[in-house]
Formats: sequence, C-alpha cells, structure tokens
Amino acid sequence: MKVTIDGIEIDVPKGTTILQAARLIGPEVAPPAMCYYTKLKTSGGYCRTCIVKVTQGSTANPNPMPKPVASCRTEVMDGMVVQNYTSPEIVEARKGVVEFLLMNHPLDCPVCDQAGECKLQDLGYENGSAKTRYEFKRREYEVIDIGDKIKLHMTRCILCYRCVKTAEQITDGRVHGVMHRGDAAEISTYIENVIDNDFSGNVIDVCPVGALTDKTFRFKQRVWFTKPVDAHRNCTKCSGKTRVWLKGEEVVRVTARKDQWDEVEEFICNSCRYDHKKTSDWVIEGPSQIQRNSVISQNHYNHLNELKLKVLKQQKALGFIPIDKKP
Amino acid sequence: MQLTNRSKVVSNKVQSTTEKMYLPGILKGMIITGSHLFKRKATVKYPDELRPIASVYRGQHVLKLDENGAERCTACGLCAVSCPAEAITMESAERKKGEEGLYREEKYASTYEINMLRCIFCGLCEEACPKEAIFLTDRIVDVEYEREDFIYGKDKLVEKINKRIDVSKRQTKEVAEFKKLPGLKHNEVWSGKQINKEKH
Repeated sequence: MKVTIDGIEIDVPKGTTILQAARLIGPEVAPPAMCYYTKLKTSGGYCRTCIVKVTQGSTANPNPMPKPVASCRTEVMDGMVVQNYTSPEIVEARKGVVEFLLMNHPLDCPVCDQAGECKLQDLGYENGSAKTRYEFKRREYEVIDIGDKIKLHMTRCILCYRCVKTAEQITDGRVHGVMHRGDAAEISTYIENVIDNDFSGNVIDVCPVGALTDKTFRFKQRVWFTKPVDAHRNCTKCSGKTRVWLKGEEVVRVTARKDQWDEVEEFICNSCRYDHKKTSDWVIEGPSQIQRNSVISQNHYNHLNELKLKVLKQQKALGFIPIDKKP
Repeated sequence: MQLTNRSKVVSNKVQSTTEKMYLPGILKGMIITGSHLFKRKATVKYPDELRPIASVYRGQHVLKLDENGAERCTACGLCAVSCPAEAITMESAERKKGEEGLYREEKYASTYEINMLRCIFCGLCEEACPKEAIFLTDRIVDVEYEREDFIYGKDKLVEKINKRIDVSKRQTKEVAEFKKLPGLKHNEVWSGKQINKEKH
C-alpha cells in the first residue's frame, strides 16, 4: 500500500498504522508518541500526541478525514495522504495536547530522576509553549512504594497505560491497574498488592515520564553524569542484554536497551536490574548509542568524529582550504 | 629558505656620538616618569580603599536559603552540567520526615563543592539554576595557603540564616514575575502542612 506522509511516499504492507509507516520513513516525519509502545499490544490511543491530518483517505475515497486522527491507531489505506509537521493545524493542535498533558504535571524536573531522558520533557520542548496558562491547584498525591524497588509519583503520571499493559502482558498475573476515572484516575496496585513478579521492573523502563522510578537509583545521580554502556551477563530468566549506567567504575543503574524510538529492545528481569550492581557482574560491550541532541551525550565524546566530519563537510561546501594545504 | 613573508631584516646600525652619551635618552625617560606624577593614580590603597565594582560583579558564590530558612538547592545538577570549567560537584540525598524546615524539596544536596581554582566566574551556574539557589555575589574569594582550601563546601557556600546575602540586584524582572505565578508547585513555600487532597 502506498502512503504519503509529509510529501514522502512509502510502500507498506496492509495493516500498518500511520505511525509505524512514518517511523519507517524516519524521525523527521514520525509523530511523537507518549502512550503507544510497539511491543505492547493494544497500547496507544490515550495521549493524542501522535495526531495527524489525513488530507486524502485513500485512492478509492479521496475525501479528507474530518478531524485529526491518532496515527498510532489508524491503519493506512492505499493512496492515503497524511500531513504531520507540514500541517500548521496539527502543530497547533499538538501544542494544545501538550498543554493538557502538562496541566496537572508538577514540573518538578530538578527533583525527578527521569529528567534528561523524559519523553514529556522532550515533547514539551519540541511541541509545547514555554508558558503555562493553568492557574489552579494541581492534583496532589502522596509518593507511594510499589513493591520494595519501585517508587510511584502519581503527580507526574500522564496515564499512558503503558505500565498497565506491561503488567498485563509481560508479567503473569496483573497486580497493577488504573483506578477511578477522569481527573481522579490513578495508577494503583490494588489492595496494596506488591509487584513481586520477575519482570515487574520493566514498568520503570516503559514509563515515559518519571512516575515510576527505580528505588535503587533514587536520587543517586543525574542521568547526564552517568555513562551508558551496553553490557550483558548470563541470565537464566532473561536475555541478559542490558544497558549499564556507570559513574566512574560504579554501576549506578541497570536498564533495558532502548531503540531509536525510546522503546525497550528486550525486556529484562528484576535480578539483572536490581541485584547486579558491580562492574564485575557485567561483560561490557561498549558505549551505548545515545542521540546527539540528548543531554546524556553531554561531555561524552563518542560523537566527536561524526561532528568533525560534519564540520569538514561544511567547510568544504563554503570553500575553506585546510590549514595544512594552504600554499 | 624563506618560510613566511613576515620576516624582518635586522639592522646593525652604529650609534652616533649623541646617542653614545645617553644623556638625551635619560632626559627623555625622566620626562615620561615625571609626567606620571601629575596623572591619576592607577592603583588604590586596598584594603582601606575599594575599587567601585558593578552591581552585577561575579564573585564568590552563595547558596541561598528561602524565606523560611530552608535550602533552595535540590541537587538537580544543572549548574554542574552547564559549568564550562567543570568546577562543581555534588551529591544528592533524600529529605527525611521532619527535615522540611531544612530543605525546601524532597531532594537536597548532601555535599556541594565548588573548586574556586577551576571556577572562571562566568555565571552560567547562576543562569542555569531553576531554583534560584546559586548566585554569584560581589564578594571576593579569600586567599588561602593550601590548594585544598579552595574547594568550597556547603559550610562556606550556604548563606547563614542570620547573615543573609542580598542578591536582589542579580534577579531579573522576568524571574521575579515568573515567581509570582500561582499554581506552580515549585513557587510554593513549605508552610508546615501536609498534602491536603482528599482520597477519592
């Protein structure tokens, strides 16, 4: 099926969603997604950040869709024409969505452990406005423990349901859901049930904000002062392929490896995540690929070569002659 | 071989008789020296007299306390990451129950160190700080005998509750206005009461 997104045409199989098709083209057209997660079934459709404009439904029915659609839940049709960043209407609408998501957000990034790798921060910077119009009291909750390794800051939650889907699909026996409705909705382990499943720690990784954080890493370091390296160990429960965050020689945190879309490549078990905090536990493969614009790549020089090539290319385009080749 | 075209030919000129006497040269020098007696002095009698400095002079740092005397710094690390000289290091800790009067937010800096030898007093830490915790002041860093003494810890950086340091001139109008915005949690001052939201 041929689909055109922001003027770029791509051929995708039937059943692909607009979001997946856009991701196949690349990050320049892919809409941001807060709740959609490729590896979790039935995820998506809650946050509305991935809305796009469909200017032509299909070749058979070239009428536009009347309203912006959630690209993560809308499948492509042959000959569909989609506008994302090229549509000022969508850019404006997304700004509104971000404003709604941030309405009850406490903006406690200086305290939050997720700061620096938070999708809501990125979304706010890229698609939101710098000022708030909200003047009322934001909702408040007490910080609670989910099990002995996970902290829940309900104030930061955007109700993306990713953690609920993870609890449902990755771990067996769900002890973790959403209670109440609307503004009062909150993530809960009902009747104080603790998560003692081997894969429960993955809810930390799927959380796009700092609502679910690792208690073993709590306030230890800011993420941009740590150095992520890909490492592995022999694990009987999971693949053992993880990302280990080092501060000097010390392992401060272990997470799953994440891909370009900030989605976990392979879910890891709790034993890898919480119990192996020694460098000797891990076989280090090498520095992780971190996006250049991320604050985590700050002061890490993995990308210097790339930068050097870029500068040389620019100089060449401008007609500079290298200093050692001057006559 | 000529490497560049900037080389100068050195002359080996023989001095004339008047030049050999040196007297005109000495006289010329004396006139220059003498003329300085009637010019404005380039020095001041420090420490009796102080040079006037700008109100935004960037001297020794201060870690501010808030209105209730709680530390404003939450160890977010933005000062350290913005520091071009990498002079700032910190460690954070979680506030315990009962320490709300000491630390403004649930996280605080258990150690906070600035190496004054590395610091270039650019003021980027002050600019990066989201909590209005660190400011550069018009104080000059003291002279020390040991290099270690230039690493200032919290004991030297945090202002004393009974000896506040005025930084009002360094706060911009925009920041002052932003602070007045209602509904921003980080602008609220801890008033001793717990979370008042009813459970649903």
